[in-house]
Amino acid sequence: MKLTLKIWRQAGPDAKGAMVDYPVSDVSEDMSFLEMLDVLNDKLVREGQQPIAFDHDCREGICGACSLFIDGRPHGPSRHITTCQLHMRKFKDGDVIHVEPWRAGAFPVIKDLVVDRGAFDRIQAAGGFVSVNTMGNLVDANAQPIPKLDSDKAFDAAACIGCGACVAACPNSSAMLFVAAKVSQYALLPQGRPEAKTRALNMVEQMDTEGFGNCTNIGACEIECPKDISLENIARLNREYLGAELSKE
Amino acid sequence: MSILDAKVPAGPIERKWSEHKDHIRLVNPANKRSIDIIVVGTGLAGASAAASLAEMGYNVKSFCYQDSSRRAHSIAAQGGINAAKNYPNDGDSVYRLFYDTLKGGDYRSREANTWRLAEVSASIIDQCVAQGVPFARDYGGLLDNRSFGGAQVSRTFYARGQTGQQLLLGAYSALMRQVGKGKVKMYDRHEMLDLVVVEGKARGIIARNLVTGELERHGAHAVLLCTGGYGNVFFLSTNAMGSNVTAAWKAHKRGAYMANPCYTQIHPTCIPVSGDHQSKLTLMSESLRNDGRIWVPKKLEDAKAIQEGKKKGSDIAEDDRDYYLERRYPSFGNLVPRDVASRAAKERCDAGFGVNRTGEAVYLDFASAIERYGKMEANVHHVENPSPEKIRELGMKVVSEKYGNLFDMYENIVGENPYVHAMKIYPAVHYTMGGLWVDYNLQSTVPGMYVLGEANFSDHGANRLGASALMQGLADGYFILPYTIADYVASDIRTGPIKTDTAEFVEAEKSVRERIDKFFNTKGSEPVDHFHKRLGKVMWEKCGMARNAKGLQEGIEEIRKIRDDFWANVRVPGKPNELNQELEKAGRVADFLELGELMCKDALNRNESCGGHFREEYQTEEGEALRDDENFAYVAAWEWTGEPGKDVMHKEELKFEALKLSQRSYK
Repeated sequence: MKLTLKIWRQAGPDAKGAMVDYPVSDVSEDMSFLEMLDVLNDKLVREGQQPIAFDHDCREGICGACSLFIDGRPHGPSRHITTCQLHMRKFKDGDVIHVEPWRAGAFPVIKDLVVDRGAFDRIQAAGGFVSVNTMGNLVDANAQPIPKLDSDKAFDAAACIGCGACVAACPNSSAMLFVAAKVSQYALLPQGRPEAKTRALNMVEQMDTEGFGNCTNIGACEIECPKDISLENIARLNREYLGAELSKE
Repeated sequence: MSILDAKVPAGPIERKWSEHKDHIRLVNPANKRSIDIIVVGTGLAGASAAASLAEMGYNVKSFCYQDSSRRAHSIAAQGGINAAKNYPNDGDSVYRLFYDTLKGGDYRSREANTWRLAEVSASIIDQCVAQGVPFARDYGGLLDNRSFGGAQVSRTFYARGQTGQQLLLGAYSALMRQVGKGKVKMYDRHEMLDLVVVEGKARGIIARNLVTGELERHGAHAVLLCTGGYGNVFFLSTNAMGSNVTAAWKAHKRGAYMANPCYTQIHPTCIPVSGDHQSKLTLMSESLRNDGRIWVPKKLEDAKAIQEGKKKGSDIAEDDRDYYLERRYPSFGNLVPRDVASRAAKERCDAGFGVNRTGEAVYLDFASAIERYGKMEANVHHVENPSPEKIRELGMKVVSEKYGNLFDMYENIVGENPYVHAMKIYPAVHYTMGGLWVDYNLQSTVPGMYVLGEANFSDHGANRLGASALMQGLADGYFILPYTIADYVASDIRTGPIKTDTAEFVEAEKSVRERIDKFFNTKGSEPVDHFHKRLGKVMWEKCGMARNAKGLQEGIEEIRKIRDDFWANVRVPGKPNELNQELEKAGRVADFLELGELMCKDALNRNESCGGHFREEYQTEEGEALRDDENFAYVAAWEWTGEPGKDVMHKEELKFEALKLSQRSYK
């Protein structure tokens, strides 16, 4: 099939960007979206032009590196997948496709479609962990049974890949779903309870420092999340945060 | 040639590690604060090592090429992690895990390392649970296990089909905790481009800041390479696009020996290639072989009809199906080790029985599992006389709970529903057992440089069993290196910070800069991928699932030609001092073009078949790998002598004290 791509080009962090048109032909429906961009880049290099920079790595939907805003939606038109899992059979001959980077103040553009998501690491470093050192003599892993339901819910939250689609989808550029997923995972497990209060307070504080917006319960984040992280986690974060705030010494 | 000393401690195998730990030197807490350690790579080995060392008090600098340390490719591991916990009470023990791993590796791993791996395996599970890793649990709230290839017990812990992700995020959280405390300084979007050796010791690295293009000098008392495997030498593999050999190869050129580079794991269950545009291959977890049955048609005419699109798998009657793994290996069936399963698939496809357009695919079928689980569920829920549809519905629910994410992934990529049509799979490059040579302490032949995880060679021999890569990464990083490194850095407590303005750092930075300039000055016409794809094709055809002397010699010639062509005709656009992904790729492919030749050379040298290294000249009458223990029970460790292809071999003799060598059988 033949397509027209309208792609955001920006030479560097301080450069002015613009949408640039690229016609592409011979696109096979078995290609992934990123493979289609590979083919385009191959052509650009041969023509002596600058290839399009975009983040990607595992190309199997789990590392969270890929981050394209396609036709106004993070990771494109299909639900519950990342851009690297999006295949061209979802498009049809003659389509015009808009490709942009994540747009959020806390995710500054580095080049073209590549943004800086370091804010997520800093939020994680503020409290997204259980304070246990490496030890060779811990209690046996089965010493403390954990109800399957809690464990499953913790897993559902822990499935977050930190891609930032939730922020890109949110009109407020809020990172609440990302933070809520991490806080929830630990809040649901006995190992995470001792630090639950400081964790919620510290991670939210860091989130605010990074310049992410507030949550106004729009729910776009849940719809666009490639890992189907539920809004229920935001409710849990609010509960954890409120409890921690009220009982703060 | 010299004989390498692995420094394996004396004593009975089950006491070696604990005795060794009790007698290696320690560094007191105050002195740890004056020791700097560089850790390159943030996968399971790198993140766990960096976090553990920082917890102990060392100053750590951690590097990764990704935009965040959470994205290292360990994250993509699906199936699980082995540990000798014996929770299912099926007779597992440290000895059995050791035995299975050594046998699975076709007796080409270092016995003492493999034992130690099995010995610390149980601690890994305890550690991860304490960190809040949400492993799968049963209704009683206890940890669940499943079985994996090459074992007859269930010792694999898992977190749905995302075990690597959950373990990596656990290690990442421990790492981030230390970053928050300031004990680890994180350098993401940085790529190591050289190792700096001062007075015979590893004392730092040259790294390129991938955003600004600046070259940076970083000094330290010790350097850890946790940089993963080199499967991308084949261009198409299940590795992440960025996975590369560069850090390890640069270290090789600075004196670290490369061991058994030809040992490559071709994983049996991957989604087949769909076309020339293909950028990578996707693995379908080995755990699927627990429930899926692998088959091809018995009759050539059926296979032909399927290849031509005239028939579907479901049109083939039960009696006309060849469940070839169950036929050839009745006691292990679909759960034979990966090398055996891959070769068996190739054998059937080469004989014309493949089931896709190109004839390079076999079926992985869940129909009988769905029926079996459906009947079980009907019993559990007291459904009287369930209809076949009801059984299917109930069974599909169970299969979806177990493997749902994998089925979804398959459907996205292939565009076919695997609940309805049997999956099509084919082997693909997945893991490299070879890697930098290390001694028992995980130290390379460059003093002060340690190698952990897939980047080293030591534990898996010629074939790695499923669910053992995660185990090794975390064993090395959490429970082995943090002890063994003290013995080395104990000598450095009075050294003071390593200065980076010395001649060695200047020279290393200069050589990195010159090479970058060379890429830009070539001003050729072909993009980097063009050469990478050509190299990959040669590697796959000549140094892939089956090898022979003639092919390997041809392979070496072809690789040399591609390498010369690369340096004459590569085109790298843009500038060095900016985010430049083509430049990044060029550096990696240039190194693959040298490594590829060494892999062929190593494969040519090894006149035997073992594990993933199958030389067609050396096979049993039944077509199984035929080892030559008399002449090849050694590790081939290659030393760089200044030019590609001119490496000189050194040997480490493999001694087996706890186990007798025997012909591997899964029949």
